[in-house]
Amino acid sequence: MAMSLDSTPTKTHVLKQTTKISARMKQVFERSAGKKIMNLFITAGFPAPEDTVDLILGYEKNGADIIELGMPFSDPLADGPTIQYSSEVAIRAGITMDHIFDMVIELRKTSSIPVVLMGYVNPVMHYGIDRFFSRGAEAGIDGLILPDVPVEESGLIQEASEKHGIPLIYLVAPNSSDERMKLVDERSGGFVYCVSVTGVTGARTGDEVDESVKRFIERVNKNITKNPVLIGFGISSHEDAVRISERADGFVVGSALINNIRKLEGHSDWKKQHFQFVKTLKYGN
Amino acid sequence: MDSLLKQHKQDNPGYLFPDGRGYFGRFGGKFVPEILIPALEELEKHYQIAKSDPAFREERMKHLREYVGRPTPMTFNERMTDFYGTGRIYFKREDLCHTGAHKINNTVGQVLLAMRMGKKRIIAETGAGQHGVATATVCARFGLPCIVYMGAEDMRRQKLNVDRMRLLGAEVRSVESGSKTLKDATNEAIRDWVTNVEDTFYIIGSAVGPHPYPLMVRDFHDVIGLETESQCHELEGRNPDYILACVGGGSNAIGIFHRFIDKPEVKLIGLEAGGEGAATQRTAATFAKGQPGVLHGSLSFLLQTEQGQIALAHSISAGLDYPGVGPEHAHLFDTGRVSYHSVDDHEAMKAVKQCSRLEGIIPAIETAHAIAWLDKLMPQLSKDEFVVVNCSGRGDKDMGTISEYFYGNES
Repeated sequence: MAMSLDSTPTKTHVLKQTTKISARMKQVFERSAGKKIMNLFITAGFPAPEDTVDLILGYEKNGADIIELGMPFSDPLADGPTIQYSSEVAIRAGITMDHIFDMVIELRKTSSIPVVLMGYVNPVMHYGIDRFFSRGAEAGIDGLILPDVPVEESGLIQEASEKHGIPLIYLVAPNSSDERMKLVDERSGGFVYCVSVTGVTGARTGDEVDESVKRFIERVNKNITKNPVLIGFGISSHEDAVRISERADGFVVGSALINNIRKLEGHSDWKKQHFQFVKTLKYGN
Repeated sequence: MDSLLKQHKQDNPGYLFPDGRGYFGRFGGKFVPEILIPALEELEKHYQIAKSDPAFREERMKHLREYVGRPTPMTFNERMTDFYGTGRIYFKREDLCHTGAHKINNTVGQVLLAMRMGKKRIIAETGAGQHGVATATVCARFGLPCIVYMGAEDMRRQKLNVDRMRLLGAEVRSVESGSKTLKDATNEAIRDWVTNVEDTFYIIGSAVGPHPYPLMVRDFHDVIGLETESQCHELEGRNPDYILACVGGGSNAIGIFHRFIDKPEVKLIGLEAGGEGAATQRTAATFAKGQPGVLHGSLSFLLQTEQGQIALAHSISAGLDYPGVGPEHAHLFDTGRVSYHSVDDHEAMKAVKQCSRLEGIIPAIETAHAIAWLDKLMPQLSKDEFVVVNCSGRGDKDMGTISEYFYGNES
C-alpha cells in the first residue's frame, strides 16, 4: 500500500469561501495542489515559554502547513490528559495572553505560516473580546478555535471576529447533523475542524480511529463544501494521517507531539529528534 | 421549547427564564464542545415531553413520597426564636430527605428521565459526596450502573461518603487533575460524557452546567418551594417575609426561591461561603469576588485569576467549595431580586453548634451558612415577621470536620 499524503486530489474549496480569510491561509490551500495539509498543535509555553517560537519555526521547516497555538486554560474540558498536562505546565510557567501575542509577533519577523489560536472562551472574555481580536490582528493571527463555543453561542465573538478580520473555525463531530455541518461550514473561515472520534483530544490506536471516520467522512464531504476539511483527534503516526485524511484536505496532530516532547525530556538534542518525528508524520519513514 | 415555556408561564406568570436559548437574562447558554450539542438537544426534547406528561410527574412524585420521604416537614424553631426575641424562625427540613439532603429530589428526577431516554449508564460528579451518594442511591434503586467522579483531594476529606457510594454499588473514580476537587471532577465527568455520549446520562448535581440542566435541576427541586408555600399558609396563613438558603452551585436555594420570585413581599437571601473571608484569596464567595465568565457549559459569575484562569475556591464546607454559581442565581443577582451575602467559616461553624444546642438539629456546614445569617437578620425584624431557612442537609457527614474544628486537641 502506497503510504503517501498526496495520493488523492481533493476539492479546491478556497475560492468558494465567503468569510474573509487571510492571504497566508489562502496560500496554504491554493498551493497544496492536492497534497494533504498538516496542521500541528502546540500549547504556547510548553515545554517552556522560550521554546514556543523555535518549535513553530522547526515545524514549518519540517512540513507543517498551519500551526494551532494552544492558549492554556486551567479547565480544558474538551482535552485529554496530554493537553491538560501541557496546559498546566504552561500556566505554571506564567504564560499570559500578552505573551502569546508576543510569540506570534516574534514569529512573524521570519515566518508567514498561518497561526490559528485555540483555547477556551473564558480567558478570551476576561482579556476583553474586542481587545483580544484587535491585538490578535496586529500580531498576525489567522483564525480562532474555541471548542467550548458552538455556533449557537458565537454571538459573543462573531462581531469582533468580523471587525478585526480573524475568522472563527468551528468543529464538527460524527454525531453532528447534516444541518449543523452546513451551518458550521457557513460560519467558519479558513477550514472546518472535524473531530474524527467522539471523545476528548488524545492519541488513539488505529482501529479505534478508523471505524468512526469512514462512516462520517462521507457526510462531511457532502455537507461541507465551502471550506477545506481537516481531521483531528487521535492521529499519532504517518500511517494514521494517511488513512484518516484520505478523503479530507488534511489532518491535525496535537497530543502526539506533546507526548513525543515528554518522551524526549532530558535529551540534549530533543528538538532535533522531535523535528525528525514531525517530518516523519508528514512524509513517512 | 414552546410547550415548555407555556408550562413555565402558567407556573410563573411574570418570570419567564430561561429563554429558548437557555439564558437567564445575560447568563446561561450552552458553552460545550460540538459533540455534546446533539446530546443536549436530545435531552431538552425528552425533558420537554416528560415535563408535560402527567404520568412522568406522577411517577416522580410517587418516588418522592414513598422513597425520599416527602413532603418534608416545616419545623417551628421555638428556642431559636426565643434566643433572638424578634420574629419567628422556621426550618424547611430537607435534611430529613432520604440520604440526608435535598440532593435526592434532583437525582430521582434525572434518573427517571434517563430511563425514559433508554440510557444505560449513569455518571455524576461530586464534591462533598452528597450528590454522589444521592446518585448512587437512585442507581441502586433502579438497577443502573453508576460512575461517580470525585477529586482525589475530596476523596481524602470525605472518606465516609466514598465508602457509602461504594457500598451502594457505585464506582468512584478518583480525579487527579487540576486542584483535584469538584471543578476538576466536573471536567472529568464532562469528558466521560463527550466520550460515551450515546449510552450515557450525566446527572449534574447542582443548578449549573449547560442548558437545559439549570432549568431541569431547578424544576426537580421546585417541590421544596411548593411545599414551603403551602406549609407557610397552613402555619402562618401567609407567605414568609424572608427565605434564607445557602448557595454553592445553588440548587437548594433555587428550589426554595423559584416559587416566590414573583412575590415581591417575600425577601430572598442567598448565602455564599466566605471561607476565610470574602476579602481574602481563600474564599468561595462568587458574587462578592467573581466576575462573569464561562465554566462547565454556562456563562455565570466565576472566581478567576487576572489571566482568566479559574481560581481555586475555599470553604470549610466541601459542598460550597466551587468557583462558580448557577446562571439563574447570576441573573437574580443582576436584577437584585435576590440579595446575596457571604458568611465565613467561623460564622458557619458557630451556627452549627448553636443550632445543634438550641434545636437538636445538627445541620450540614453548607446549611449552617444560611442559619448563620439569622444573627444579622433577626435583630432587624419585628415581632410578627417570620423567616424560613432552607435546612438543606444534615451534618452527620461533616462530623470529621466538626470534630477537628471544635474538639481537635481533646481526647
